[in-house]
Amino acid sequence: MMSEAVIARLKRPMRRKQVERFEALHDVSFEVPWGEAVGIIGRNGAGKSTLLKILTRITAPTTGRVELGGRVGSLLEVGTGFHPELTGRENVFLNGTLLGMRQREIRRRFDEIVAFAGVEQFLDTQVKRYSTGMYIRLAFAVAAHLECEILAVDEVLAVGDAEFQMKCLQKMRDVAQSGRTVLLVSHQLQTVSDLCSSAMFLERGRLVTYGLVDRAMEEYKRSFTRTTPDMMEAAFRPGSGELRFTDARAIDEMCTPGNDVVVEFGAAANPEVTGSYYVSAHLKNEDGLLIVQCDSRVLGFWLDPAEDVRAELRMHTPWLKPGNYTVDLFLCKTGIMDIWEQACQFQVLPVMPYPHPTSPDGTERGVVFADFVYAQH
Amino acid sequence: MNRIVITPPGRISLPKLGQLWEAREVLYRFGARDITLRYRQTALGVVWVVLQPLLTAGVFTLVFGRVAKLPSGGVPYFIFSFAGLLAWNIFSGIVTRSSNSLVSNASLVSKVYFPRILVPLASAYSVLVDFLVSLALLVALLVAYGINPGWAVVLSPIWVVMVVLLSSGCGLISSSLMVRYRDVQYVVPFLLQFLLYASPVAYSVSAVPAKYRLFYDANPLSWILQEFRWSFLHQPAPPNWQIALSIVLPISVFLGGTFIFEQMERGFADVI
Repeated sequence: MMSEAVIARLKRPMRRKQVERFEALHDVSFEVPWGEAVGIIGRNGAGKSTLLKILTRITAPTTGRVELGGRVGSLLEVGTGFHPELTGRENVFLNGTLLGMRQREIRRRFDEIVAFAGVEQFLDTQVKRYSTGMYIRLAFAVAAHLECEILAVDEVLAVGDAEFQMKCLQKMRDVAQSGRTVLLVSHQLQTVSDLCSSAMFLERGRLVTYGLVDRAMEEYKRSFTRTTPDMMEAAFRPGSGELRFTDARAIDEMCTPGNDVVVEFGAAANPEVTGSYYVSAHLKNEDGLLIVQCDSRVLGFWLDPAEDVRAELRMHTPWLKPGNYTVDLFLCKTGIMDIWEQACQFQVLPVMPYPHPTSPDGTERGVVFADFVYAQH
Repeated sequence: MNRIVITPPGRISLPKLGQLWEAREVLYRFGARDITLRYRQTALGVVWVVLQPLLTAGVFTLVFGRVAKLPSGGVPYFIFSFAGLLAWNIFSGIVTRSSNSLVSNASLVSKVYFPRILVPLASAYSVLVDFLVSLALLVALLVAYGINPGWAVVLSPIWVVMVVLLSSGCGLISSSLMVRYRDVQYVVPFLLQFLLYASPVAYSVSAVPAKYRLFYDANPLSWILQEFRWSFLHQPAPPNWQIALSIVLPISVFLGGTFIFEQMERGFADVI
């Protein structure tokens, strides 16, 4: 693979990639009052992370104006700035300084940070020997204790165990209640509705709604059932675009729980791309909840970019509950080349897969049905 | 409450000194991290700081002094090449470390906001600590060999500052270029190796044939190396014009490097 890339480079050493302008955000204006906890929701590529990156000054905007009423603390990815070779103590100081804390401030809050993370015994151990959980707890603790007026958080609660997630939520709630502002990007609607007092919904770089959490969530859910025509156009889809899906469809647009779900798709060849690529499909329900990820890598299934591909994905389990489903397709090599949200959709008809009908409370809980048996010993 | 306003950067951006001052602790933390990391999990630890220049000077003495029998201006070859290495190690250390600094801290650059210029600048920290250790060694060597450096020794801090400015300036340029063009990581070691042999580090300028002298006269490192030996080893001073340029040039390179870095900084988070 490596040598092919080298040869391709040697053939045309001076070839420059075509630069395409892409506006990640456009015409987004809002004002957040003090002490508000704002959830930012939207689908992949809607511009949520870009918005946070601009607010935290990591990327500079090309146009527009942002006014911040104070210091912004950011937690965009847990543990950035942590160095595996340094001890917990050294990392608290390094990371705290990077986030904008003064030496004095860190020293004052040091015990609090350590207690919150629960790593007292391991302070002088290099963090490379920490468990993932400890690592994340310490990293979150540092950022959460930053004395800033605005706290920006991106999808960090997806990690860590349930108990720690509760602790983080509580911490962020405290932050908001103490009159500071919290901006939270999340795909987990539950987190947003638990924590936030208002929410904004972004769609393709534009601010659609900013206001009540329920309204923004309604819009978000609606966006999953609404097929947006230009998402279908390959040229408008996110991803580097060296390879694109040509078409995709669910073989059964109506099916019943327990049926195999089959998605057939095609991808066009591009002889200039070297090495093999893989695909991934995300199955989402009406609420936008990601139910399963079918990544072809886990099966060792790789495709050759030199030829046009037709392939199918067949899913035996889980049994899907009645409702509307969408499939997002991803085409990736080292980077993501194509993101096709809602490449296809299908409906699962309200038929129970189990032999004995009951009242709805026997089947309504849970996200999917399971193929289960009870047996008495 | 201080209000922060973010607007798109203009066509020309200059370093915001206020912000740099605010973030000065980052510089110190980065430096401390580099120093801690360098010798963690090494059996000899700090001894390496002492051993490295001694071993290199030993090799130079053997090759250039004993085998090639080059002149060393009346002082023992060992201390002659050691003084040259002192300056050279600052230069190559800072250039190497700062060139790689942004790319090896990519996750920081794309996920946390702080003045990025501090990342390459902090490279000077650990290099200077090494320098101080080597300097102590040099003093011991001067005493052992009974060499009196003379009054010019008081000028030595100036030469140290100049070599730091020169190398930091180069480091700022190469580190910001490396974000976009990883080719730099292959070019820098090559250039440094070339410079090591093309500058009078291991030998004296007086050993250079007259027809190549023009090249040496145009090499800023050659000026600084001669100044080091002038200040520490009582060797003849370089011509006045070289002394003047050896102050003007590093300052210009440093300012130029800062300027170039600032122009390229805005794209770092997206490109790195």
